[in-house]
Amino acid sequence: MTGSPPLLVVDDLRVDLPTRDGMRRVIHRADLTVPAGTAVALVGESGSGKSMTARAVLRLLPSRARTTGSVRFDGSEVTTLGAAGLRRLRAHDVAMVFQDPRAHINPVRTVGDFLTEALITTRGVRPRAAEAKVTALLREVGIADASRRMRQRPPELSGGLLQRVMITAALAGEPRLLIADEPTTALDVTTQAEVMAIIDEARAERGLAMLFITHDLALAAAVCDRIAVMYAGGVVEELPARHLHERAAHPYTRALLASRPDPAATAEPLRAVPGRPLSAFETGPGCAFAPRCAHAQDLCHTERPSLSPAGEGLAACHFPAADARVTPQPGARSTPHGR
Amino acid sequence: MADEPSSLPALRVTGLRKTFGDFVAVDGVDLEIVPGGSLAVVGESGSGKTTTARMIVGLEEPTAGTVLLGGRAHPGHRASTAERRRFAREVQMVFQDPYASLDRRQKVGDSLAEILALHTDLRGAPLADRVAELLDQVGLDERQGAALPRALSGGQRQRVAIARALAVRPRLLVLDEAVAALDVSVQAQILTLLTDIRRRTEVAYLFITHDLGIVRHVCDDVLVMHRGRVVERGPAETVLTDPEAPYTRRLRDSVPRRGWKPTRRTAQNGSQA
Amino acid sequence: MTTYQIAALGRGGARWSRLRRLTRGRGVLVVACAVVAVAVLAALFAPLLAPYDPDAVDPAAVYQGSSAAHWLGTDDTGRDILSRLLYGARPSLLAPAAVTLTAGLGGTVLAVSAAWLGGWYDRLVSALLDIVFGFPGLVLAVVAAAVFGAGLQVAVVTLSLAYLPYIGRVVRSAALRERNLPYVSALRMLGMSGRRICLRHLTPNLLPLVLVQVATSFGYALLDVAAFSFIGLGAQPPTAEWGLMVANGSTGILAGRAEQSLYAGAVIVVFVIACSLLGGGLSRQLLGDDR
Repeated sequence: MTGSPPLLVVDDLRVDLPTRDGMRRVIHRADLTVPAGTAVALVGESGSGKSMTARAVLRLLPSRARTTGSVRFDGSEVTTLGAAGLRRLRAHDVAMVFQDPRAHINPVRTVGDFLTEALITTRGVRPRAAEAKVTALLREVGIADASRRMRQRPPELSGGLLQRVMITAALAGEPRLLIADEPTTALDVTTQAEVMAIIDEARAERGLAMLFITHDLALAAAVCDRIAVMYAGGVVEELPARHLHERAAHPYTRALLASRPDPAATAEPLRAVPGRPLSAFETGPGCAFAPRCAHAQDLCHTERPSLSPAGEGLAACHFPAADARVTPQPGARSTPHGR
Repeated sequence: MADEPSSLPALRVTGLRKTFGDFVAVDGVDLEIVPGGSLAVVGESGSGKTTTARMIVGLEEPTAGTVLLGGRAHPGHRASTAERRRFAREVQMVFQDPYASLDRRQKVGDSLAEILALHTDLRGAPLADRVAELLDQVGLDERQGAALPRALSGGQRQRVAIARALAVRPRLLVLDEAVAALDVSVQAQILTLLTDIRRRTEVAYLFITHDLGIVRHVCDDVLVMHRGRVVERGPAETVLTDPEAPYTRRLRDSVPRRGWKPTRRTAQNGSQA
Repeated sequence: MTTYQIAALGRGGARWSRLRRLTRGRGVLVVACAVVAVAVLAALFAPLLAPYDPDAVDPAAVYQGSSAAHWLGTDDTGRDILSRLLYGARPSLLAPAAVTLTAGLGGTVLAVSAAWLGGWYDRLVSALLDIVFGFPGLVLAVVAAAVFGAGLQVAVVTLSLAYLPYIGRVVRSAALRERNLPYVSALRMLGMSGRRICLRHLTPNLLPLVLVQVATSFGYALLDVAAFSFIGLGAQPPTAEWGLMVANGSTGILAGRAEQSLYAGAVIVVFVIACSLLGGGLSRQLLGDDR
């Protein structure tokens, strides 16, 4: 990764949100890099801060949220962008697909109006040309009877179809980065496979980068190049997707994998982690996962580990799993223990 | 229930059918669960799995077909409270939404005590002991028993719902997407708990789920539904590793796992859900 | 590394803004509560607080302005306006209280039973509530007065009926939602009787909503009772009652003596606003975060 800067860099991001009981930390430290054209997954359970991180990239947090740290898109700082720059970023450079398409699309206007509006108003495309463009895109995402669908309204479409409309809307702006926030969580599993395949193809054709937010590690590994695992408001591990199953170093990543064994593999036992996922504000001074971790030692409860090299990735763990370190890292703490 | 011959199935469903207007939600479903057995009903949205479950527990009236629990039919709407109370020991249900499954104003220990008082002669200290025992059975302590539901996490609430259902020692427990709303790491806990409970008690499970991936961890047998019909049934092991029906195969192949890549079934089909 | 704040907050810090939010959020509620409390205390302790007998006529002191002897002046028959306002709080508050409590109780019973039993009973109750809802309260009152004669009791009974749908309709739809929650199905399946579920689980869970509805309706009911008295169908002279005082004072307006109408009207307006704010505040406090 030399030469031009990565497309998106999130550096030491911290976010506090206002609640009834004052400001609450939701992200205590998020670091993330998305090089141009690659797909990075942000994986976590509820309270991990994965969606907040994605929203912080586009400055879509509640108005009284307090954010520190740096978010750089294509080398320029997003956090200090003015209104015009922010509009440009959202309209031209980054597109977002949400979990619930129905909540993000006006139910009384036709699909065609929804899809062409942004092109016509913000890009000055002629209506006829805009229509031709989105019709072609709808066909590309697997909607065969595109011209009929253009005249329909959202309530007439199924969830899977509507999500494809949202993807079309995202692609129509010709963005460089796609942020997909649990785009298939509300869909049936067979529809999920289809929608993910569509996103995959569209990305490959355009060299589009993606930040993919999900709770599903296996899905993340299937469609992304790298995986960042978040827990309690911080990134705890970052590694190449192809190494996920063999070389995950962080106990939490491993625990997540063990909680969802391969459905087809025979008699792989289910191993449950005790406790529940915490939110950032609930954590103590030590490692956020320590209370649930089978390998936690005294140090884990008192000192918060920071991301340090482990294998081909990074792990925020005092005692990362031994087999993750293919080559011993000079700075990394080394303690002999199994898993 | 010593008067019941134990050979009677915990659940026998024959020719179950449900229509809403012109729409056929459930079409000719037959199934049977032996005492202490476990059957998973797997399907996607619109498969009719939840409607089937609701007819089995009596929340929905079948258009046709019969549901026999321990050899008995549902007592019906006009049945006396005493009759319904007796029937409660045949079947209980755990719902999907842990946030709406409990009375938000009632401490969870009290909600168990209320049910026990309804069904047993236990009062005072023995009643409190039984509540503690039930809570312990699902991995909750006294402090959590004294809490209101809102102080508990989703997983803990689901444990309470399970304890409440088990309070009447039902012969069959229907679990309707009981772990779908929970975090992955918490799902595993609840599935493990369910496995433990079935080993300790003689309760049978009917496990309704959209998630083929977790079936094997709770159930011996599986039944796959698609558009209101049963498309495949058999031992979970066989159905998962060597599915016969094309739909089952597609369902299995859609579950993300190691080495999996998402694929488009048809590039030119927009009318599917 | 850049440090920035999206928030338009100053450098005040979390603690300060929390305090400010707390007082700002509840300040309105506190003032509204104070107004209602003052009115209730006035009604309770009118005999102790009032400087004069509210009905004592004094031909020597007709239409006096504010003075040390009569703080708010006197009316056309020389009665002390302050004393009449204090005593007037009794019927003016009691009547709408009776109206909203009756409507609240009746509305809740009808709503919960309709939601629980469903079928023809639910359709009947809904239809009746809709029909009553369609009639303006004043029209009902005129009809009732024509049949039963004018008076505060008739007004209260009529208004109780007129307010039934305001509470009943809202509570019924909430009860229907509540009834369809899984916990109710679970209790039913566990063999609990419908009566017990309704009395021990459903209704208590709806009470915050009922309370908010009652509080919100109270101000309007007070306004309606005052309006009835104003047009001569509610409280009858010489009763000290706020609406009647506004009407009674109207003759003085032509003589340049607007005090009685003005003070009584102001008391009504302040109280109604306080009730409305109280209802809104209660709604935020009780219904905002119910889970």
